[in-house]
Amino acid sequence: MFPYFRPDNLEDALAALDEHPRIMLAGGTDFFPARVGKSITDNVLDLTGIPQLRAIQQTVEGFQLGALTTWTDIVEAKLPPAFDGLKQAAKTIGGVQTQNAGTLCGNICNTSPAADSVPNLLALEAEVQLQSVRETRVLPLEEFILGNRKTAKKEDELISGIFIPHPAEKALGNFEKLGTRAYLVISIVMVGVVAELNGLDEILNLKIAIGACSPVAQRLRLLEQEAVGQKLNSIEILPKHLELLEPIDDIRASADYRKKVVPELIQRAIKGVLKS
Amino acid sequence: MSTSEKTIVSFILNDAPQTISVNPLRRFSDVLREDLGLTGTKVGCDAGDCGACTILIDGEQRYACLTAVGQLEGHNARTVEGLAESSNLTTLQQAFLDEGAAQCGICTPGMLMAAQSLLDQTANPTESQVLDAIGGVLCRCTGYTKIVQAVLKAGQTSSTEQTPPSGSAVGSRMVKVDGRKKLTGEEIFSADHAPEDSLWLRSIRSPHPRAKFTIAHPEKVLQKYPGMVKVLTADDVTGNNGFGIFPHIKDQPVLAKDHVRFRGEAVVALVGERESVESVSEEDLGLTWEPLEAIRGWDASLSGNLEPVQAEIPDNILAKGFLKKNDVEKGFSESFVVAEGSWTTSAVEHGYIEPEAGYARKVGQRLEIFVCTQAPYLDQTEVAQVLGLAAEQIRIIPSAVGGAFGGKLDISVQPLVALAAWILDRPVRCIYTRPESLASTTKRHPARMNAKAGCSRDGKLTAFEFHGDFNTGAYASWGPTVADRVPIHCTGPYFVPNVLSQTKALLTNETPSGAFRGFGTPQAAIACEALMDELAEKIGMDALDFRIKNALRKGDRTSTNQLLENSVGQVECLESLKSRWQKWRKEAAVFNQKATHIKRGVGCGSAWYGCGNTSLSNPSTIRVGINGKGKVTLYNGAMDIGQGSNTIMVQICADALGLPASQFEYVMGDTDLTADAGKTSASRQAFVSGKATQLSGEHLRAQIIHLAEATEPATLRIEQTEMSATEKLIVEDENGEHVIILADILPQPNGDVLTGEGTFDPPTTTLDENRQGSPYATYGFAAHLAEVEVDTLLGTTKVLRIAAAHDVGRTINPTQVEGQVHGGIAQGLGMALMEEYIQAVSENLHDYLMPTVGDMPEIEVILIEDPEPLGPYGAKGIGEHALIPTAPAILGAIKHATGVSIHHVPATPDRVFTALREAEK
Repeated sequence: MFPYFRPDNLEDALAALDEHPRIMLAGGTDFFPARVGKSITDNVLDLTGIPQLRAIQQTVEGFQLGALTTWTDIVEAKLPPAFDGLKQAAKTIGGVQTQNAGTLCGNICNTSPAADSVPNLLALEAEVQLQSVRETRVLPLEEFILGNRKTAKKEDELISGIFIPHPAEKALGNFEKLGTRAYLVISIVMVGVVAELNGLDEILNLKIAIGACSPVAQRLRLLEQEAVGQKLNSIEILPKHLELLEPIDDIRASADYRKKVVPELIQRAIKGVLKS
Repeated sequence: MSTSEKTIVSFILNDAPQTISVNPLRRFSDVLREDLGLTGTKVGCDAGDCGACTILIDGEQRYACLTAVGQLEGHNARTVEGLAESSNLTTLQQAFLDEGAAQCGICTPGMLMAAQSLLDQTANPTESQVLDAIGGVLCRCTGYTKIVQAVLKAGQTSSTEQTPPSGSAVGSRMVKVDGRKKLTGEEIFSADHAPEDSLWLRSIRSPHPRAKFTIAHPEKVLQKYPGMVKVLTADDVTGNNGFGIFPHIKDQPVLAKDHVRFRGEAVVALVGERESVESVSEEDLGLTWEPLEAIRGWDASLSGNLEPVQAEIPDNILAKGFLKKNDVEKGFSESFVVAEGSWTTSAVEHGYIEPEAGYARKVGQRLEIFVCTQAPYLDQTEVAQVLGLAAEQIRIIPSAVGGAFGGKLDISVQPLVALAAWILDRPVRCIYTRPESLASTTKRHPARMNAKAGCSRDGKLTAFEFHGDFNTGAYASWGPTVADRVPIHCTGPYFVPNVLSQTKALLTNETPSGAFRGFGTPQAAIACEALMDELAEKIGMDALDFRIKNALRKGDRTSTNQLLENSVGQVECLESLKSRWQKWRKEAAVFNQKATHIKRGVGCGSAWYGCGNTSLSNPSTIRVGINGKGKVTLYNGAMDIGQGSNTIMVQICADALGLPASQFEYVMGDTDLTADAGKTSASRQAFVSGKATQLSGEHLRAQIIHLAEATEPATLRIEQTEMSATEKLIVEDENGEHVIILADILPQPNGDVLTGEGTFDPPTTTLDENRQGSPYATYGFAAHLAEVEVDTLLGTTKVLRIAAAHDVGRTINPTQVEGQVHGGIAQGLGMALMEEYIQAVSENLHDYLMPTVGDMPEIEVILIEDPEPLGPYGAKGIGEHALIPTAPAILGAIKHATGVSIHHVPATPDRVFTALREAEK
């Protein structure tokens, strides 16, 4: 066992990771629930003492979200309408307590199939910035998440942030989350959308991803392509668009149900961009 | 340095600097409670699912259980103890007190902190801002209604708190006598206190629903972990290694021997220093399992394909219930129409936010057990027989109870800590984790029901037949009670001339099912009320009119042929809802004309429920005393589990004695200090213990009148003086003042100079072989209307409004009765729409879903008072009646909205969706 370490700068954090593999701790909203009633013996690197990791910055290329960006930070940040889906997701995670503590990076590292940030970040074409003492690399989110509870992060790396390229100027975002209760809800199905429309409410560009219907949230690229040029409220969702989805039966709903409601939720998510 | 080594952490806590040396990875909630003595912050799950531990960090609400104490470095934390300055409540706390927003009080600190974080930003928030702010805190008692009202009113109005003057406590909205400490964090719940030198106890529990096991080398852990003191197994039980509610069924082992019958059954109890008992693994003990095929569900229980759950019960039928009134066949043959169907329900968790906890310590040749319980005297005899001691050697000191709802009638930590403390002669404490509480304690019985009802052409019920299988899990618990109460109640509060009902309590390898608000009646009501809707529809009658036509009235005979002579307010309950029923149905029709996929509907459910035990003696004895200094103490053995019995008993006694309620102190439930007032169950405390309380007050008053040589009518007052020796009790009658100098009377050992005692045992009769007779002295009656909105494309249901009418005989405290109804509705809504306990799957509060504040409808409570002559000032029970009609009303509303009948609860989105699609075929 190695000591709990809470450095105040990134360099020390990277050096510590170089020394030994450690579990990263930020908001604790996944770490502690996984250890109820157990003595905690993990080698922990607590990132919360590094202030520069908690920042949202706009650059020439896009938006830089620090590794400690919380859900509440997202809700409160001034961001273009394309981020509205992400903001809605942030407001529906757990209770305000979780939103104040939990981080987007923690959410993508935990890689639950029902991770609320992921469909929106996929639709925003987010990139994950990984850093170790040896290298800095950037992976598209789709390449970062390898499966249920699996990521491309190496043991000596930490996520230093998420980069989101500037969405098209007129792009609008939306999020649909289906659950069984009003607060503290884990998704049965969720849909993240970023869409660009012309003045006739026709789709110029669509990015859409579905969560909780496969081990990893999926972009629906075929639908994205075929939607271009169609009216917002007359897009047909066909079985071929949903072939990547492989929902399962669980405590929250049956696989069959998930399959059957996905088209309706997609329709609502797409039409709903107008309210953003 | 190991991870368990300490570092220095400096932060501000409630405005004062703190520097502590601590393992930085410990949960802040744990450090607050165990190291800093601030137990106002509660722990309900350790997983960010319940919100009881909500505190403020730098002004933002956070879960203390998800915060490593090391992360506090340089930050500013505030807990409930830091809200009020000295003894003054904040405006928010005062609003909670005035509105009755705290019932058991276990969620209250978290609620207050979540609400405070909003009020710090926004002095006058909107309702939706309030919902968002407290959406992360679960409450299981209040249905949230009064909490939301309190937050909205905080700071807007001055306090309405006043104590009722002498003679007018009953019927007043007196604030809870224990309300203040629930708002400041001073209330002591079961996990909030233990002697400093206590050892910790942790059970190792079966991960298998059925298995054989061996423990190869338990003693090795004593060498490996220096903090370990004792490993208890079945062989260490000094008395009978079996417990259970019934004197003749002690079938559940305290620690299993050789084999286990459900997942969550305890096999080993580890006792020692906390870190050590938390570190021991199954491997350390040499614990090996041989899993066996488990019996799950009603069919497997009845099939006989596997070895029976308990060898002594080869057919797995633990108990059968039966009721026969007249000739049901004849009744059906004479019916104009008949409706029938099958329904199933799921296991439901009580969901109290306080997990079971407590400690035991040896005092001489006696044991003191501090624990959360609904039944201190039952605990006393149970622990005594497990330890092989006399009941008098056991003292149960109840903690404040953080919700119970039937789940704390059975023992949990009691025999474990008692055994360890007795053997080791050291105090031993135990706190269940949430998964442990979920896995090992009782649930509502999953039911499989077939029911049939008939009526005449003009809508009079002719016959009712009911068959129900109740999955009682691996051990008896309250299975026989459920099998017994359901046949009596399954017809609902309707007059039916011919009735046949049969029930079985079936053993399976599932979590034991026990008592849960209604003892099987909420399940049966789902079947009954669906049949009422169907019959009404078949004969073209309005469903509410149909219910009114058939409702029990004074002079009717029940399904047990009991003549109802008094306090039968069912018709009044239904009539009081009629204008709303018509208006809501009309509004729904208008809405649905324009709606596309969202459909609204309105449904109705009725309930009746007998107050007290079924055909059994269940007396309560209550005492009240005045000491030489004029202090009045109510010795109240009735457990307040949040429902408010501490308060209403004071109200009742105050008026019976003729002194102001504000002069009362009380002792709750301590077996050394109070008489046996029975269990807090079966909606009996207000009625049975309430009557005993009234009698105790009257008894004391009679003595005082006699002693003062005064005559009624008279008024009493206690004159406090500076010099303690001359407290006067002054009795004023038509002849003037008569003075009793209290200090002149020889005190009893407890210091009281005058004592009153009252005992009440509700009159019932034994039932004959067809279960005919008078099983209960009185019944409560109720009806609910529910309006829902169903999204027919997704299958989601939102309850918009509920109107709840309850005949409570007499309202002792309107605020508390409303609170009971709100909370019952929340649990009924959960049962109808989302709650389903599945072993190994929903052993946490994010997979086991209970309603949040955002799931609650607008609720209107209508109180009907048809006085019960036997009850205190006419009062009877409300606890269970509040829940029973809700689910039937919601399901009826879904049917009205969509045309689809739901036959399995909970009606989750996928089930409603599937039912809708099947109906389209």
